Amino acid sequence: MTPGSTSGAPGVVVVTGVGRYLGAHVAARLAADPRIERVIGVDAPEPGAEFTDLLDRVERIRVDSGSLGGLLADLDVDAVVHLALVSAPDPQHGGRSAMKDQNVIGTMQLLAACQRAPRLRKLVVRSSTAAYGVSFRDPAVFTEETEPREVPRGGFGRDILDVEGYVRGFRRRRSDVTATVLRFAPFIGSTADTTLTRYFSQPLVPTVFGRDPRLQFLHIDDALEVLHRSIVEDHPGTYNVAGPGVLSLSQAIRRAGRVAVPVLEPGLSGAAALARSMGFGRYGLDQVDLFVHGRVVDTTRLEQEYGFTPRSTAAAFDDFIRAHHGGVVVTRGQLAAAEQLVLDGIRQVRAAVRERS
Amino acid sequence: MTGPGEGRDPAGIGRFDVPPGPTAPDAEPARRNGHRPAAGAAPIPPQADEPDRPAADQPDTASTDGTGTGSGPGGTAPAVPDRPGDQWDRRVANGLAFLRRRLSGDYEVDEFGFDPELTDAVFHPLLRLLYRDWFRTEVSGVEHVPLDGPALVVGNHSGTVALDALILSAALHDKHPAHRYLRLLGADLVFRMPVVSEIARKTGGTVACNPDAERLLGGGDLVGVFPEGFKGIGKLYSDRYKLQRFGRGGFVSAALRTGTPIVPVAIVGGEEIYPMLADIKPLARLLKLPYFPVTPTFPWLGPLGMVPLPSKWLIQFCPPIPTAHLTDSADDPLVVFNLADQVRETIQQTLHTLLERRPDPFGP
Repeated sequence: MTPGSTSGAPGVVVVTGVGRYLGAHVAARLAADPRIERVIGVDAPEPGAEFTDLLDRVERIRVDSGSLGGLLADLDVDAVVHLALVSAPDPQHGGRSAMKDQNVIGTMQLLAACQRAPRLRKLVVRSSTAAYGVSFRDPAVFTEETEPREVPRGGFGRDILDVEGYVRGFRRRRSDVTATVLRFAPFIGSTADTTLTRYFSQPLVPTVFGRDPRLQFLHIDDALEVLHRSIVEDHPGTYNVAGPGVLSLSQAIRRAGRVAVPVLEPGLSGAAALARSMGFGRYGLDQVDLFVHGRVVDTTRLEQEYGFTPRSTAAAFDDFIRAHHGGVVVTRGQLAAAEQLVLDGIRQVRAAVRERS
Repeated sequence: MTGPGEGRDPAGIGRFDVPPGPTAPDAEPARRNGHRPAAGAAPIPPQADEPDRPAADQPDTASTDGTGTGSGPGGTAPAVPDRPGDQWDRRVANGLAFLRRRLSGDYEVDEFGFDPELTDAVFHPLLRLLYRDWFRTEVSGVEHVPLDGPALVVGNHSGTVALDALILSAALHDKHPAHRYLRLLGADLVFRMPVVSEIARKTGGTVACNPDAERLLGGGDLVGVFPEGFKGIGKLYSDRYKLQRFGRGGFVSAALRTGTPIVPVAIVGGEEIYPMLADIKPLARLLKLPYFPVTPTFPWLGPLGMVPLPSKWLIQFCPPIPTAHLTDSADDPLVVFNLADQVRETIQQTLHTLLERRPDPFGP
C-alpha cells in the first residue's frame, strides 16, 4: 500500500466540511467521477440543508470530530480530504472560540484518526496563503519554502500555522501516506460567497489609508479542479494555489466600480474589533493585515506538478464583477461618456472663441 | 552628456510659444492653442530628450479624432471638427484617456506592485524637473548598462533623504537608449511607512532581501541597490563622499547566484542637498528612526527646510563587472567580500574623479 504502487484514484474518499460551499462541491465532483467508488461526506452534527441537492450521491455522516477515529478504520477509507476549516469567526455559531475548536482541535482529531486508519494512503488538506504570515520584511512573492517571519495577529492565520504543523507531524509518523497541502489564495468567483466577495460587493469599500496591497485571487472552480486532481492523482507536497498575476486593492475596487474609503489603520483595527464584539461584521485582524501587507505567491510548482494553470487573478475577479454588478457606483460607460463630454465641451468653447476673434 | 534639452535653462522655457517638435504641418493652430492653456501647462513644453511614453495610447485617441475630422462615419462625431495633429488637443485627450483608465482600473501591475503607466505619467515627469532643472544632472557611461537582460546597479548612498535613488532611476530611464526601468531595493523602514511604501512599490521598488533581488534579476530586470543603507544617507556632512561599510555583501551573493553583471555607479551631488550637520540620537530613538538630521535649514525653517539645496549632480556608470564565471561561489564569503571590495573601490575612485571635475558643488 505504498504510494505509487497503485494507480491514482482511490476507492473510498472521506470529505470533511460538506456542510459548506467548498466541501459540498468537492464531494459532488468526486461522486460524479466514475473512478471513485464511494464518497462519504462528514460534517458537524448541526444540520445545514443548503447543499442537499448537490450531495444526493454522497453518503453523509454527521459526527463530531472526536468520534471519527473508529469511523475511518471501519470504512476502509483510502483518502481523506480535509476542508472543514473556518476562515472567519461566525458570531451566531460561537465566534472565535468555536472557530478555533473547529480549525485546530478538529484537524488534530482528524489527523489522529487518519493515523490509525490502516488502508489510508492519501491525505489532502486545505490550507491558506495566510500561512506566510505578515511582516514588513517579507519578500514580495512567497514561494513554498518561505518561512513566516512573524506569527500573524489574526486568528485564521494562527490556526493555519497550527494546522500545517499537525500535518508535518502526521507526515513524519505516516510516511506511507501521500500528504498534499494546498495553500489557497482567497476564493472568488460568480457563485462563491466569502468574506472577500461580501467586502467587494459593498458600494463603499473601506481600505487602509496609505496602503494599496497587492492581492491575488483564486477562482473557486479552479480550486475545485486542483482539489479533484489532488485526489485522483498523486501530488505529495505543499503547493501554492492562486491565480497568476496581481491586482492592487485600489485597482480591484475601481474595476468593480466601487468607491474606496481610506481609513487610518489604528481606526480600522479598532473598528474591526468593535464590530466583532458587537456581533456583526466578519472582518477581523486577518483582513486588516491582508489589506496592509497584501499577499502574492509563486505558483510555478503547482503549474509544473499538476500541469494546470488556474485562470489569472484578473480573470477570476472579472467573473466576480459580472455576477455582482448590482451595487456599482461608477461604470466604465459613465467614465467614457464623461471623457467624451469634456472633449466635446473643449471643442465647442474653442469654436466659440474662434468665431468671436 | 549635455543633450539639447540640458542647455535650455529653466528660465528660457517660458519663451516657447510654439512647442518645439515635429509638428510642422500646422504650426498656426499649435501657436494659437499654445496660448490658451499657457497658464497651467506651459512650463512643461515637449522636450527633445523626453521619452514620449504616452505614445502607446495615441493611436486610439488619434483615430477617434480622425473620424471626427475626416470621413466622419457618424456615431460620436464631435460637434466641432478637430484639427489633426493639434498639440494641445492631443494632450488633453491623452490626459483624459489616462484619467479614465486609472479610474476604471484598466492598467497592469506586476507581482512587485510596479505600475509602469503611473510611473511614466506622474512620477518620472516630477523627478525629471528635479534632476534636470534643479540639479542640472549630467549622466555619463550609460553605455555600460546593458540594453537588455539583468544587471545589478550598485551606487553610493547620500543625502539624508534617499533622493539619489529616485534621481538615479529617473535619469537612467531617460538617458538609456532602451529606456529601462531601475528596480530599486529599499530598506524595510520604507515599507513600514504608509503612502511612502506604496509610492515605492508603484515606482518599481521592493524590499531589499535576497529572494526579491534574485527574482527580479532572474526575470531579466535592472536592479538598483545601495549597500551602504542608512549608514550612507545618515552620515554627517563632514564625512561626505566617504563610502561607508558595505554590510554583509548580500547584493554580491544575489548577483553571483544569478550570474548577473554588477555595474557600479558613482553619484556626486547628493551629499550637498541636505547637508547634515548633526544627528540628534535621542530624538531618533524616540521616533524609531535610524537618525534625526539637523541641516542648515531643517528643522529650523519647518517645511521650507525640506527643499533640497540646488547642488550640481554628476552620475557616472562604470564598466560592468562580470560574475557569470563565479556562480558556484555565491556562498563563499571570501569571493563575496573581495567582489564587494572591488565594487566599493571602483565607486570610491570614480567619486574622486567626479569631484575633481566639479570644483564648485553649487556651480552651473
